[in-house]
Amino acid sequence: MKVLAIDTSNFTLGIALTDGDQVVGEYVTNLKKNHSLRVMPAIESLLRDCDTKPAELEKIVVAKGPGSYTGVRIGVTIAKTLAWTLNIPLVGISSLEALAANGRYFNGMISPLFDARRGQIYTGLYQFTESGLESRSEDKNMLAVEWAQKLKELNVPVLFVGQDIAIHVDTLKDVLGERAYFIPAQAYNPRPAELAFLGRDKKQEDVHMFVPNYVRMAEAEVKWLEQQKK
Amino acid sequence: MGEFNVKKDQLILGIETSCDETAAAVIKNGTDILSNIVASQIESHKRFGGVVPEIASRHHVEQITLVLEEALREADVTYDDLDAIAVTEGPGLVGALLIGVNAAKAVAFAHNIPLVGVHHIAGHIYANRLIKEIKYPALSLVVSGGHTELVMIKSPGQFKVIGETRDDAAGEAYDKVARTLHLPYPGGPHIDRLAQEGDPTSVPLPRAWLEDSYDFSFSGLKSAVINTLHNAEQRGETIEAADLAASFQQSVIDVLVKKTVKATQEYGVHQVLLAGGVAANKGLRKALTEAFETITDTELIIPPLALCTDNAAMIGAAGSVLFENGKRSGMAMNGNPGLDIETI
Ligand SMILES: [Zn+2]
Repeated sequence: MKVLAIDTSNFTLGIALTDGDQVVGEYVTNLKKNHSLRVMPAIESLLRDCDTKPAELEKIVVAKGPGSYTGVRIGVTIAKTLAWTLNIPLVGISSLEALAANGRYFNGMISPLFDARRGQIYTGLYQFTESGLESRSEDKNMLAVEWAQKLKELNVPVLFVGQDIAIHVDTLKDVLGERAYFIPAQAYNPRPAELAFLGRDKKQEDVHMFVPNYVRMAEAEVKWLEQQKK
Repeated sequence: MGEFNVKKDQLILGIETSCDETAAAVIKNGTDILSNIVASQIESHKRFGGVVPEIASRHHVEQITLVLEEALREADVTYDDLDAIAVTEGPGLVGALLIGVNAAKAVAFAHNIPLVGVHHIAGHIYANRLIKEIKYPALSLVVSGGHTELVMIKSPGQFKVIGETRDDAAGEAYDKVARTLHLPYPGGPHIDRLAQEGDPTSVPLPRAWLEDSYDFSFSGLKSAVINTLHNAEQRGETIEAADLAASFQQSVIDVLVKKTVKATQEYGVHQVLLAGGVAANKGLRKALTEAFETITDTELIIPPLALCTDNAAMIGAAGSVLFENGKRSGMAMNGNPGLDIETI
């Protein structure tokens, strides 16, 4: 089965084409550049290089967030439109889960994270088991220091994954000490081929209804709800 | 050889997501609407008193494939039938624009269909071609929430802005005055309705003529309305909201109509095309119609209300003209909030 995977939820722009158990091609950049401009040309060029026509695709897998609101929307819009127009299944995978896959051989818990400004992070807790990558705590948005304190109670080694660990490394080390592990820079970026494999056997989405998992409400909505309470 | 060379109908799928409507349409030969689907978000934005860009973008993602599917189904066309996909490239809210742009690129790529980026205002102008064939040169009065412009169209798809607002767009002035009068959002239609009941000569308000220019200015008028209300309140007097609305509307319309008539005569155009969301305004439609009754060599075209507000039929209509002109957009097209109509 030919699967196209798309991840534009954060700085990493990742496109992969997999066919069965084979990774046919991957395109990854880690640049602060406009995804809206670059995603479709990247898909076009990867498929051309892999001699694959759009009509041959059999499934689309997309990183559904959390991440940059605009970034996630670009990937999700392209993915759902492709799946709808080609009439093939669509699978959405947590952007954090895709990132957690980089910790495959770590013996402990994996905490992928993206910076969410003002000391906050988007994170979740994952673990590799015999049946694959499993979620141990749902994706959330919280202060890095609070997250570290929660992890401390688990009393197990935790591997932090993602380039934004650089921003929070001191906080995490302070709280967790020896039990905090940090993935090296060459494994900072989520890999689109991992995303494709994570989505291969997952249940398909209702394409029309599919939306990003923003984790957070829009700011205007938060303020509006606060005003309603007054 | 020997076969009839019958010209096939040209079919364009239009897509529009520049503000708070998710829309798709199929247009035949640039003139016939086969489908015209609009999912409006206005109810969702009402509670905020205006369009919130992040909320608008979220709704566009929810609606985009539903609207596309409905447009194709209602028009009863398949991808093989389509000659091009036309999408609003700008101006507009950038986050909103790029939902339509990326959806358009995905469909174009999946089925190898040519893609044409369309200027939103070119769309509003070409909504008129869905009513009547355009005779060039034509002049368009564009009035919407973000735009107040006089645009010359010398030949198909060739635009020249001869006048534009120096501060607020007419639609913005409407919204601000409506807020001052505590009318619900969106304020334009409420002022228009109130104005029908008021006396347009009751409250003296300024008109910014900006002599020797086709430019507009509405911020002085807006301030005058706010000051008039404020001063009356301080004196303990009340001004009828209907009278103020009527006087304000008359001031806006006087300037719009007079400048349009002047440009019509100077440029010797065959047609005047009303365009944009404020073109739904009853007062403006009436005043323009009256003014052009005596100008016999120029035809005034006013689209029906549904084609004045944002829709994708107009994008398909403009896209048809640009496609015929040979315009093609690539996979690197982006939403462009500052797109210039003269360079498309
Ligand atoms: Zn508009």
